[in-house]
Amino acid sequence: MIKLIETLGRTLIGFSGELGRIVLLLLATVRQALMPPLELRNTFYQMLEIGVRSLPVVVVTAIFTGMVFALQTYTGFKRFGAESVVGTVVALSMTRELGPVLTGLIVAGRAGAAMAAELGTMRVTEQIDALETLATNPVRYLIVPRFFAGMIMLPAVTIVADIIGIIGGYIVTVGLFKTSSVVYWKRTWDFLVASDIYNGLIKACFFGASIAIISCYKGFYTSGGAEGVGKATTGAVVLSSMTILISDYFLSNWLFR
Amino acid sequence: MIKLEGLFKSFGKGGVLKGLDLEVEKGESRVIIGGSGSGKSVILKHIIGIMKPDKGHVFIDGVDITVMKESSLYETRKKFGMLFQMAALFDSMNVWENIGFGLRRRRDLRPADIKEIAVDKLKMVGLVDVENLMPSELSGGMKKRVGLARAIAYEPEILLYDEPTTGLDPITADAINDLIVEMREKLRVTSVAITHDMSSAYKIAGRISMLYDGKIIGTGTPEEIRGTDNPYIRQFITGSATGPIKIEGVSDDRNIDRN
Repeated sequence: MIKLIETLGRTLIGFSGELGRIVLLLLATVRQALMPPLELRNTFYQMLEIGVRSLPVVVVTAIFTGMVFALQTYTGFKRFGAESVVGTVVALSMTRELGPVLTGLIVAGRAGAAMAAELGTMRVTEQIDALETLATNPVRYLIVPRFFAGMIMLPAVTIVADIIGIIGGYIVTVGLFKTSSVVYWKRTWDFLVASDIYNGLIKACFFGASIAIISCYKGFYTSGGAEGVGKATTGAVVLSSMTILISDYFLSNWLFR
Repeated sequence: MIKLEGLFKSFGKGGVLKGLDLEVEKGESRVIIGGSGSGKSVILKHIIGIMKPDKGHVFIDGVDITVMKESSLYETRKKFGMLFQMAALFDSMNVWENIGFGLRRRRDLRPADIKEIAVDKLKMVGLVDVENLMPSELSGGMKKRVGLARAIAYEPEILLYDEPTTGLDPITADAINDLIVEMREKLRVTSVAITHDMSSAYKIAGRISMLYDGKIIGTGTPEEIRGTDNPYIRQFITGSATGPIKIEGVSDDRNIDRN
């Protein structure tokens, strides 16, 4: 029993410590971000890495999600004669929920892992110390560009995912089930309001910032050589994904209620 | 010029520095020797302000950097150049971008000027036609030379060397030693090197200090160190496993017949 309480306590202390350090790193990042000039070249490079290079996977995921969603909704809703609202269901789910969350999870797995591995390797090979000796603040040089890139590019990629997902739904509903194309688009536009889209994008922006700060944190404080880098990478993906899934509920509760 | 006063630092449970005092004068070439894991690198990281002591002070030109604001600390670091143990070259940049990294914030320099300075520094460390290579294409010795070129690019007043010869073959190691001596003579810099390679220490040092158990236990010229009667220093410089310095995991009563 005491062992159990001990373990629980230790986990709780470990978790609070980690959360505290992440918040401190976030504050340091925001402070550096507010002091010009910014590392524009690095920021653009990271935008390319996080946004453009994630596009192929996001497109494939979004189109198949839209398709399977339409397939399931159509066959399910047919039971009570509501198959005409498939367009609405796909559009609302993609913009409010699936677009931002799926994009977030993909970027966490791709770019988040890459950030943690790169910064982790730089830490264990003393490249981060070298930056400091060359009078360069590593938070400013390494983390601020990734933070901005995450915050800007995740909503951008989410817009693409939203559109592709809706097109996926169209392909199945119209192409496979021979529903009228006019009905699909009409149902899509009838009930979709601007706040569905921009609240979804606010979520994406939050996810992008979370992935960047968590992955950078894991990489930045890596210790213990190659094994440490491996652990940091896994940790970054797990913690980013968990943060996305958990915060998604609270953000949705706040934005969409 | 560099003064460490009553420095304490511990990681987890174990204390690494236990009230360390050290003074290095302007223009001096000091080598700190000590066993693996004795905290030599930690000393260098305190001098340049990457690590903060738990207790104690670090004075650079009379100014205490342990209480400095972050922005002034980055300014102070411009006085320094540091060569890392594994060179720590940025592997996303080629050789000349690495060397010019510290210069890129100077607005009066165009990229072409920076490259020119980089090529010039490369010549100083005996390398030609490597400026466009990536660090992964260089050998260990070349990496150290590029690391040294990067350290001197900003024309620092103080050079710090973290185990400059570790991991190199004896001939390349000696070439690096020559280079360090040459840098001192050409650039008239103050330097602090840490090493456990005694042949390197004798060659590059003006004075040698030995770190043991978190403190400096003795300082002297290479000749004085060679002739010391301090049993700890004697054991270290002769490289003997038996003596007052105990190695973790090796029992005292182990007798090896070395004849």
